[in-house]
Amino acid sequence: MTEFSKKQDRDWKKQRFIGASVCILFVFILLFFRLAYLQIIRGEEYRDLSKKNAVRLKSIKSSRGLIFDRNKKLLVDNRPSFNLKIVLEDAGEVKATIKKLGQFIAVPFQELMESIEQAGNGAVYNPITLKNDISRDQLAIVEAHKFDLPGIHIDIEPTRYYIYKKTAAHLLGYLGQINSKELKTEKYPNVKSGDSIGRYGIEKQFETYLQGKRGGRQVEVDSSGRIIKILRTIDPVAGFDLNLTLDLDLQQTAEKLLEDKAGAVVAIDPENGDILVLASNPSFDQNDFIGGISQKKWEALLFDPGKPMINKAIQAEYPPASTYKIITAMAALEEKHININTTAYCPGFLDYGNRIYRCWNKHGHGNISVIQAIEQSCDVFFYQAGIKVGVDKLAQYATGCGLGKKTGIVLENEKNGLIPTSAWKKKRYRESWQRGETLSIAIGQGYNLVTPLQMAVLIAAVGNGGTLYRPRIVKTIKDGHGLVIKKNEPEITGGLPASKETLDIVRNGLLKAVQGGRGTARRIRLKNIEIAGKTGTAQVYGIKKDDKRELKDLKYSLRDHAWFVCYAPAKNPVIAISVLVEHGEHGSSTAAPIARALIEQYIQLPLIKKILPE
Amino acid sequence: MFDRRLIKNFDWGFMALIFLIGTIGLGILYSALTAGNETISVHVLFKKQMIWMGAGFIVMMIILMIDFRDLDKINLFIYAFCVGLLISVLIFGQLGGGSRRWLLIGFVRIQPSELMKIALIISLASVYSTSISQTGLNFRKLIKPAILCAIPFVLIVNQPDLGTGLLLLLIAGSITLFVKVERKVLYIISGICLVTAPLLWSGLKTYQKSRILTFLDPDRDPLGAGYHIIQSKIAIGSGMLTGKGFLKGTQNALSFLPEHHTDFILSVLAEEWGLMGSSILLLVYFIFLLWGLNIAYNCRNMFGSILAFGITTMIFWQIFINIGMVMGLMPVVGVPLPLVSYGGSSVITNMVGFGILLNISMRNFS
Repeated sequence: MTEFSKKQDRDWKKQRFIGASVCILFVFILLFFRLAYLQIIRGEEYRDLSKKNAVRLKSIKSSRGLIFDRNKKLLVDNRPSFNLKIVLEDAGEVKATIKKLGQFIAVPFQELMESIEQAGNGAVYNPITLKNDISRDQLAIVEAHKFDLPGIHIDIEPTRYYIYKKTAAHLLGYLGQINSKELKTEKYPNVKSGDSIGRYGIEKQFETYLQGKRGGRQVEVDSSGRIIKILRTIDPVAGFDLNLTLDLDLQQTAEKLLEDKAGAVVAIDPENGDILVLASNPSFDQNDFIGGISQKKWEALLFDPGKPMINKAIQAEYPPASTYKIITAMAALEEKHININTTAYCPGFLDYGNRIYRCWNKHGHGNISVIQAIEQSCDVFFYQAGIKVGVDKLAQYATGCGLGKKTGIVLENEKNGLIPTSAWKKKRYRESWQRGETLSIAIGQGYNLVTPLQMAVLIAAVGNGGTLYRPRIVKTIKDGHGLVIKKNEPEITGGLPASKETLDIVRNGLLKAVQGGRGTARRIRLKNIEIAGKTGTAQVYGIKKDDKRELKDLKYSLRDHAWFVCYAPAKNPVIAISVLVEHGEHGSSTAAPIARALIEQYIQLPLIKKILPE
Repeated sequence: MFDRRLIKNFDWGFMALIFLIGTIGLGILYSALTAGNETISVHVLFKKQMIWMGAGFIVMMIILMIDFRDLDKINLFIYAFCVGLLISVLIFGQLGGGSRRWLLIGFVRIQPSELMKIALIISLASVYSTSISQTGLNFRKLIKPAILCAIPFVLIVNQPDLGTGLLLLLIAGSITLFVKVERKVLYIISGICLVTAPLLWSGLKTYQKSRILTFLDPDRDPLGAGYHIIQSKIAIGSGMLTGKGFLKGTQNALSFLPEHHTDFILSVLAEEWGLMGSSILLLVYFIFLLWGLNIAYNCRNMFGSILAFGITTMIFWQIFINIGMVMGLMPVVGVPLPLVSYGGSSVITNMVGFGILLNISMRNFS
């Protein structure tokens, strides 16, 4: 049946169409009555509401998640701040109102107008922030004169507060206002213009957890914008709290010891990779960034020669110096070029390829074994070991130990460091590898570069028997009711490329370096705790043999960097530390004492469950 | 080759109605974009809409060239093409407002779900034109139409665009009811729906439930949809009998109605022209729909008749849902008001529909 021909069919068709027309008519009558109801019966009422533009939406800021240390001490809090806002539509003569306001709170007229101009047009009903965080005095004046200031109101909103200023600043990070470009991306669905988002450190990396969710309120306002009635409210949801692995007390001690120096301290729990300390000095006050840092302060930070905006624990790369001998020893033992009994003779120098390579001890170490060589940091022993192993094999062990690549800490801009190979040099400089260069590499000078965090992860692995952990900062993420949202378990990233025998030899050498009679770090020995560690002095400037100047006469910026890496107690370590002091000259005298102080403080705490059963 | 009767039979009256609605639409849009706002982007959108309408007109003319009976022959091809577009939107689509609805072709953004509506109507008309009977369709004859609906529905709901998906079902359902379904079948289907609905509901996740509840009751979301409805009602109500005058609307300006040039555009008309203005638009739409039904009724070809009915239904549901929504009678769905709301895909789709109606109307001779 593709066409209707019979009369009966035509009638049927007509009936269907009449039915459809009636349905449409019915719907249109319904729509018309609804229109009439809104526009005639309730017309007056709605006209009234529209005249006052009375029903508005007010956004309620959520409070950002809190950050705690491993002992549940609060590190980052929120405090109420009084923010001065204006709704242009209600303000009447905007300029006159602003002028009056400026006089009341002693803020230049121009400064207040600037924020209005920045907001642009198209926002007459949306509140514009004039000034964040006004003082109590300013608040009192504005409140007292509120009837002279139409359209001006004060919102009490939560603002970030870093309780310990400058403490763990690089780790915790800071906030900054979101810009219009970021608002356009859909990365921050809950953020509005004028809000702050994490810009650096944990604040940035955990933004989605910390942020929370905005609430809002439908309100009815009077002609000058004051709220008469709250129609409906949706409460904001606070952001999730972070529990860090950081130990606040230890962190503060480390920062205090670094105070007048430039450098970094990293302390790790060797059993799980927990970051106990991650300090970088000089530091900055995160509170300065809230509500926008002033141009002057920002420039001061940027041009400070100590580079406070760089997290030296993960972003600064240094030659590992003698701490690298751990790797050279490991490689030579594993490759069976030496064993525990192999000795080398050190006359204070090595003549290799028509060049003299000096040992740091110009009188020489005499006949020396690998354990003694680690203890006394004999360069000649490791020159010889390095020659036997070769640069590429050395690099293979270094990479296996986690050097030359990111540790995977959840912070931005972590540096890779550099472990040179002959192929790398060919590519980078278009030159072949010189055999003599292997000698520098073997004692951690030359092209080698590592970060303090990499060395901490490495020494922790030596201490715990060979397991490399990914550094963990955030242990758990909890919601406002304490419910665990996310738990980060310790994460093993690999194992040291060394057998138990090899590691035992290396560990023995490290123990002797502190506890032995001729150990390079014997001065930091503690009475009741055995420490195993390695010092290092990274050359910044090579002194020529005929140079008459003594080290101490050198300009600060040319002085050597001081390293110390260690773990304690030597048998069953609960803490592994890496210290780097820029231009600190000697690992044993500037870096090692910092580590000792941390060990003393940490191990005396009753916290260590392994020693004191629960 | 060219049949003179085509010119003689051309439906000038319907064409005039289309122009009338288009002109009213542009007038309201101009006000919606201009009132209280001086930024340049306003004029850009208005110009864009003019361009879309011009393009739509050309598309409409092209459609007039083809005999609508040919659509019957290639209906499955059109259907498959649109389903292909829907699949590619899920894969390559542009993200906007949390869903993938648009496909970027060159520098034009198209919304395949809009074109799908027409394709589905053509296919259903083709199927029903052979299976229609006075006693109504039985289960067996409903299998093919059901599959034809299910495929695009699932694809669109996955974008996710629940509103357009449901609109598709409403259109298909109306056509099916119009061609008549056996009473027994109708009862059984209603029964099945009643029984399975609670089961489906309990199978949904909490956030899905809350999304659907907000969809049905905007007041559950007082900061989003609920707020729009309040502002829209204030705008409409405050227009009263005669309105505040062209470009004099205060509610439509700025921050009050975020969607005032697209989905909530009727509130601009109602505010500025009052009950008089908005009932005139209602009346014009009503005449337009009756005209569409008349075209369907007069068509002697069964495929053409059902097709014309389907297109008219499509326009009807858009009008009803949109106007119902801005007045707080319907859930808040992103359904534009035909030829009035700003939006290229909607203009083109509707123009294609009008083209088909005109096409059927002027070829109504044997």
